[in-house]
Amino acid sequence: MRTSRGAAGPLFVAPFLVLFALLFLAPLGYAAYLSLFQHKLIGGTVFVGLDNYVKAVADPQFLHGVLRVAAFFVLQVPVMLLLALLFALALDSGLTRLAKVVRLGIFVPYAVPSVIAALMWGYLYGPDYGPFAQLGRFFDVPVPRFLGDSWILGSIANIVTWEFVGYNMIILYAALRAIPKELYEAAAVDGAGAWRIAWSVKLPALRPALLLTLLFSVIGSFQLFNEPKLLHDLVPTVIDTAYTANFYAYSLAFTGQQVNYAATVSFLLGLVIVIVSYAVMLTANRRRAS
Amino acid sequence: MPQLTRRSFLAAMGATSLTAALAACGGGDSGAATQPASQADIDKAMTTPTELTFWTWVPDIEDEVALFTKKYPAIKVKVVNAGQGTPHYTKLRTALQAGSGAPDVVQIEFQYIPTFTVIDALLDLRPYGAATLKDEFVDWTWAQISGQNGEIWAIPQDTGPMGMLYRQDIFDQHGITVPSTWDEFAAAARTLHAADPNVYLTNFAANQAAAWHGLMWQAGAKPYVSTSKSDITIDVDGEVTRKLAKYWGGLAAEGVIGVETDFTDAWYTALNNGKYATWLTAAWGPVFLSGSAKATAGKWRAAPLPQWDSAKPSSGNWGGSTSAVIRSTKNPIAAARFAQFLNSDAESAKMFATKQFLYPPTTALLRDPSFVDQPLDFYGGQTVNKVFAEIGDTVNLDFQWPPFLDQVVTDFTETVGKSLTDRTDTVAALGQWQSRLTTFAKNQGFTVR
Repeated sequence: MRTSRGAAGPLFVAPFLVLFALLFLAPLGYAAYLSLFQHKLIGGTVFVGLDNYVKAVADPQFLHGVLRVAAFFVLQVPVMLLLALLFALALDSGLTRLAKVVRLGIFVPYAVPSVIAALMWGYLYGPDYGPFAQLGRFFDVPVPRFLGDSWILGSIANIVTWEFVGYNMIILYAALRAIPKELYEAAAVDGAGAWRIAWSVKLPALRPALLLTLLFSVIGSFQLFNEPKLLHDLVPTVIDTAYTANFYAYSLAFTGQQVNYAATVSFLLGLVIVIVSYAVMLTANRRRAS
Repeated sequence: MPQLTRRSFLAAMGATSLTAALAACGGGDSGAATQPASQADIDKAMTTPTELTFWTWVPDIEDEVALFTKKYPAIKVKVVNAGQGTPHYTKLRTALQAGSGAPDVVQIEFQYIPTFTVIDALLDLRPYGAATLKDEFVDWTWAQISGQNGEIWAIPQDTGPMGMLYRQDIFDQHGITVPSTWDEFAAAARTLHAADPNVYLTNFAANQAAAWHGLMWQAGAKPYVSTSKSDITIDVDGEVTRKLAKYWGGLAAEGVIGVETDFTDAWYTALNNGKYATWLTAAWGPVFLSGSAKATAGKWRAAPLPQWDSAKPSSGNWGGSTSAVIRSTKNPIAAARFAQFLNSDAESAKMFATKQFLYPPTTALLRDPSFVDQPLDFYGGQTVNKVFAEIGDTVNLDFQWPPFLDQVVTDFTETVGKSLTDRTDTVAALGQWQSRLTTFAKNQGFTVR
């Protein structure tokens, strides 16, 4: 009995470990290996050690891509999470009529593939025949050039927010439903109103869930790719092929045929994400401790 | 990213060892296997049961393929549509690098031939009797598929000599005569836009590197010259191209032409709505437009491009494609003969022109009255094919493509294209384009002259 129980544990874990090794560790290790080489159209492949990394950390296109997604993170994530939080609280309060319909309505954009979403918004943003532009002309109101240089990052942020508010809302809403009702009753007995309960009971209880959504958002923001890639087809002179760090890696591999350097850039981007995620977690935990 | 890089890496290693092996054999890379196939070899190959895989995006090409398999019943051809444009080439490159899964015969555009010969992907068709076809094709199309050492890398299938499609009704309305020189064209652009601020003479798409290359070609520029596989002269910022940049950059900065991305929904709508009075396009444009701007049927006409020197009319090419054989094929004879048959057999070539409306590269069809004298209703009954057949005779012979086309196209959009949409200095943008390409070529190991 004891021996079989001892064997059962690793056996249960084995399928995960095998898949993890095959689908995660192996490609990762391989990319790391690749990043140590350089392939030239004329001259073939040579081992270059860390040269690619030295080049990448001083590569303005890579750095701009990282800075842009950092700006995107600062601009978009607070808006998105705040909206998700407000919707989750409103739904949880039970005051909203048609709660199920509203919940589904906010969540549906997440079910729309981001490729479709970007194409759809690309049409909506259109400067000549997009509905916003047409409405603006009809009422003689100036409409910003959503796909122009100065608005494009905001336009992308809007698409991503539209896509992911529902997703984050569901996580927060689920966390809210898990709060024991006794806490609300106790608070009510102590004379707390709905706002006070939201602020002093619900929000603190939501902390772990908020941290989770924040971490997802760090990763999502820094890996931003689909939306700029698809809008690039509409306005290639506004969104260049190094617009985000991920897009840059893609372009290096598929346009420039610099697979090794693309692996380097991907690896460094991964490192940036690890660092930022760690910083976010550290900050959150320190605050909780204090 | 890691999954994507894995294959490429294996391939890179494969390619390296292949190069090493070739080097070890002491043979040069081209001409190493150019023992001509004897007629007996060819007869044997064409009667041995064989399956060829053919990657192409041409719709209903099965009809032309059937003509081949009818003549050579032993050979089966599997037609695969691997996408058009970038997806097609990306898949092809992946298969080549993986060392398996590549087709035997592949559709490839003229401008991509050097990009694939530089990685030794294509088979020289000379040993399989391709040289005898030279006289059947328009000279410049044959020049396009010929390699530095006389290799025949592909057989032309369709072409795109550039001309101008224009809206007769808009021209009439504003009293504009068809511009025959670029100066007249610029004047017409200003007149038209001043007369109606909602209308532009043309749209010069800032993303359309292919059109820019066609216009460089017309103007007589030689932006890329290679004398061997490993050297290249890059001159996208030369005297001729600066003339072009000053011209188009000037019109864009004045705001008298459009610069929006082409082949988008907004662009199609604009063509239907009469926002643009001309489309500077290629010989495949007339049929394409008649399907895309149905609302304007009967209003369009075709003319040659405006000229820099009307005494010496010239044009460039935009688009068109070929059939090439992949070097790794196990059935080189059957594959090479298939590529040749498909594009040179009279019936097959005519079918491309009449069913798929591909603009032909063969001199026979370009002189065939049933093709050139065919009136097109969309163009008010004009014999548009004849216009383009005459333009085709003025295409310069010696325009070369670079061995890294994707990079050239991307860098064009981000420098020259960007200067057009931003209304900044296009001549200065040429310098950025030149320097980006030079850096790229050097990093890729080319000797840049």
